[in-house]
Amino acid sequence: MIGFNDSDLLDLQRRLVILRVGLLLVVALLALRLWHLQIREGPYYRDLSENNRTRSVVLEPARGLIFDRNGILLANNVPSFALYVTLEDVKDRPGLVAQLASLLSLDPEVIQKKLSIGKGGKLQPRKIKDRLTLREATLIESHRLDLPGVMIQVESQRNYPGGVVAAHLLGYVGEVSADQLERADFADLHQGSIVGQYGVEKTFDRQVRGRAGQKSVEVDALGHEKRAVVAEKPVAGDDLYLTIDIRLQKTAEDLLGEESGAIVALDPTTGDVLAMASRPGFDPNMLSKELTNKQWVEIVQNEGRPLNNRATQGQYPPGSTFKVVMAAAALESNTVTPTTMVRCNGGYQFGNRLFHDWKPGGHGSVDMNQALIHSCDVYFYTVGQRMGIDTIAEYAKQFGLGQETGVELPSERVGIVPSTAWKQKARNQPWYPGETISAAIGQGYVTVTPLQMASVIGTVANDGVAVRPRLVQAVMNRATGERAEFPPTVRGKVAVKPATIALIKEALADVVTKGTATRAKSSLVTIAGKTGTAQTAALRTGPEKDIPKKFRDHAWFVAFAPVEAPRIAVAVLAEHMGHGGSAAAPLAKDVIEAYVKAYPQVLNGAPAGGRTKSPALAAGSRPKT
Amino acid sequence: MIDRVIDSRGLDSFDLRFMGLIAVILSVGVLSIYSVTHSQDTAFPFYLKQLVWILLGTVAFLVMYLSDYHKIARLAYPTYAVILILLAVVLVMGKSSRGAQRWIPIGPFAFQPSEFAKLVLVLVLANYYSRVSRVGWLQRVVLPGLIVLPGLLLILKQPDLGSGLSFLAVYAAMLLMVGVRSKALGIILLLSVMLFPFVWEMVWASLHDYQRQRVMAFVDPDYDPGGKGYHALQSKIAIGSGELSGKGLYGGTQSQLKFLPEGHTDFVFAVYAEEWGFVGVLVLLALFIALIWVSLEIAARAKDTLGALLAAGIVAMLCFCVVVNIGMTAGMFPIVGIPLPLVSYGGSATIMTMASLGLLLNVKRRRLTLFY
Repeated sequence: MIGFNDSDLLDLQRRLVILRVGLLLVVALLALRLWHLQIREGPYYRDLSENNRTRSVVLEPARGLIFDRNGILLANNVPSFALYVTLEDVKDRPGLVAQLASLLSLDPEVIQKKLSIGKGGKLQPRKIKDRLTLREATLIESHRLDLPGVMIQVESQRNYPGGVVAAHLLGYVGEVSADQLERADFADLHQGSIVGQYGVEKTFDRQVRGRAGQKSVEVDALGHEKRAVVAEKPVAGDDLYLTIDIRLQKTAEDLLGEESGAIVALDPTTGDVLAMASRPGFDPNMLSKELTNKQWVEIVQNEGRPLNNRATQGQYPPGSTFKVVMAAAALESNTVTPTTMVRCNGGYQFGNRLFHDWKPGGHGSVDMNQALIHSCDVYFYTVGQRMGIDTIAEYAKQFGLGQETGVELPSERVGIVPSTAWKQKARNQPWYPGETISAAIGQGYVTVTPLQMASVIGTVANDGVAVRPRLVQAVMNRATGERAEFPPTVRGKVAVKPATIALIKEALADVVTKGTATRAKSSLVTIAGKTGTAQTAALRTGPEKDIPKKFRDHAWFVAFAPVEAPRIAVAVLAEHMGHGGSAAAPLAKDVIEAYVKAYPQVLNGAPAGGRTKSPALAAGSRPKT
Repeated sequence: MIDRVIDSRGLDSFDLRFMGLIAVILSVGVLSIYSVTHSQDTAFPFYLKQLVWILLGTVAFLVMYLSDYHKIARLAYPTYAVILILLAVVLVMGKSSRGAQRWIPIGPFAFQPSEFAKLVLVLVLANYYSRVSRVGWLQRVVLPGLIVLPGLLLILKQPDLGSGLSFLAVYAAMLLMVGVRSKALGIILLLSVMLFPFVWEMVWASLHDYQRQRVMAFVDPDYDPGGKGYHALQSKIAIGSGELSGKGLYGGTQSQLKFLPEGHTDFVFAVYAEEWGFVGVLVLLALFIALIWVSLEIAARAKDTLGALLAAGIVAMLCFCVVVNIGMTAGMFPIVGIPLPLVSYGGSATIMTMASLGLLLNVKRRRLTLFY
């Protein structure tokens, strides 16, 4: 040793001995462990690696169930067979493709495409087909030895017991697309994962989706499962409790029947969407299957556009139903007082153009009340002209027009609330005063969705308090039973005096008792409402019945009931059905009557409530997954 | 001063043995990297890149070997400051991979400051302990702890659990070297036990999903949402199936068939063990023991405290990485991202390790200077 007298250093050098001993000890442990792995368990691991080997198989989660406000099941899952192929185990790819194509009667190109997309390497099993029939599944199983790499998994398949009923609300599911897989919110998914593609299935997909599980399975040389090594159970998605009453929904859809149109019913105090019918519809069970190209083209190119949810995506001129907004605007902007009289001779001269009233000969001298009851166009031409388009737009926006209602459905349309600024921006043209006159009776540029109109009439019914329409009242975690309620959200209060609202409500009640909508009069409940007839852009000559149907007017009716303490607000739009009073008002009446029959307590001003079943009660209809 | 004079006898047999060991271990690494990635069709394959890193590492080795380690130690604090800034830069604008931000992109390559931070920490602590009187436990434990803390937090924030643990290991080894009295050790132990739940909570919260899954996959192999237990399992299958004599070069089905991910980086040992078997494993372990033994020799014979501490710190860092990496591939520890020194593919790690070894030899080179 070198002769140091630095005691610290000597001390330090002694401590190095600890490091040496510790190191030898640890390395000995490592060697022991490696001996254990390679020598003692070596043959076992050699076997695992040679018999090739382990595959990690995704276990698809069961989607959450969907219930209506009374706990009636709207969407569940049924077991089905799905066929997967693991490329690593496939010896003869073209041969397999040809074989599968003939066994499953699929297009070989479709199979080829499915084998080539998706994340993961050759070890990632790819889903080729789901909803195999029992016959197909047994056929595959019996050819098992000729089909290395083919695997049949039992999975749960989305099922909508009601078929077409509420299809637009519920939506449908489908395989996650290649584009979606690129996005962050689908990062935990893989080729073949099922996601909501429409309706609440789409908006609430995150909650309903659940979490996939995984099992690592040992497979033999043919890629067939021998035993599972590690398993993580899939976690079922959360259940949704909707605000709709499926019976009322069915009533509304049946009322529209074969006609195109939409019916929306809301509880104006909570915003609960009680029914939202859109016709024509589709069967979500069919869309949740894999469609052939031909089927898909047929649906998309169908003239009735069945995939369009007319309640939230159909944009129509509101016609005279817009006079509800006009009345509030005219009174609040002090353009008129309730007693201001306007003389109606059946027409309104502006420049060199004469704007007609719907009633030839006119209504005589009318005040606001009478103008609403008889839907006098000249009255509103006059006040509209006095107010100017920007004042009209300001109030229309306050009532929620020209913007999303915020209902939980994808791709909601907003319609158009025209104003000078809008026209400059959208058309790059100045606003012509004559256009205000059309806008005043809900024609011209003004467009709205049926849901927006239901919300407008609901806001009037609710004394000016606008509540956001909602479709989902609660989400329940299946495992914990934890229920997250979504409380109603008030969007705001329109700046309209109570006296104005009262005047409008009274006039709307009279519309039904002695005005344009006497066909909505009910013996069960007091109803208030406003008719509307939305002109389509067609040239109008001759009597209505001679015009081809697709050029006829749309019939509108917006209503609420009971008048004293409103519990339901309805908007009906029947495409090409002519006058609101004759075509739309009776439908609204029927919906309202069905509602008060189902919930008689609303006649006394009590909330309809809804009996939401406990999960235990609903369990009978739930498949084991 | 006389100790400025260097050992002018040039390279002796000891030095040659030391460098020979390094060269052999590096070759094992390049061979394994070649074996697992040779089928990949790229213009610039991994094994060639690794050779470039080794070349750069050799330069780093020579620089660290030829400069006086006292001068290098004097630069410790400024260098640490630079590293801290780089670690902060990584967090702001670094390149992400698997949810962690660890790299600063430089052209086609990426620079990983946390690797260099380990060596700089050794320098800082060795420098500190060689100057500061090591009486009270405030000076021995708390102050250096405060020096370690900012670097540690920045690394954990990335998050890089592996480098964070290496950081702690260097600190712990240094404490052991300077001699923490049993009483202080007791206090630290007690504090650790008491603080553990809070620290765990903090660390756990800062971990990324994949890291939690890896830890959970170790603690409870059935817990396997992301298939991370699959990773550990494949590594064990790879090692185990190598048996006594291995499957031969390119014969590792586990790694060749891509059952084993990251076969050229953190899991290169599994590839090696599969292809060379238990015999090969013993050879590699022997090589590492020999290298560490020689390094400890240097530490033991250092002429001053700074040299001894530098050498001891570097050896401790090396030991820690070797043991933890092999342990995790063999399923003894949870999977944390620690490469196998000199073997795993990686630019920053290779250069840093070779620089450390250069510094080590530098310490040895100056140990006899008092006689001149």
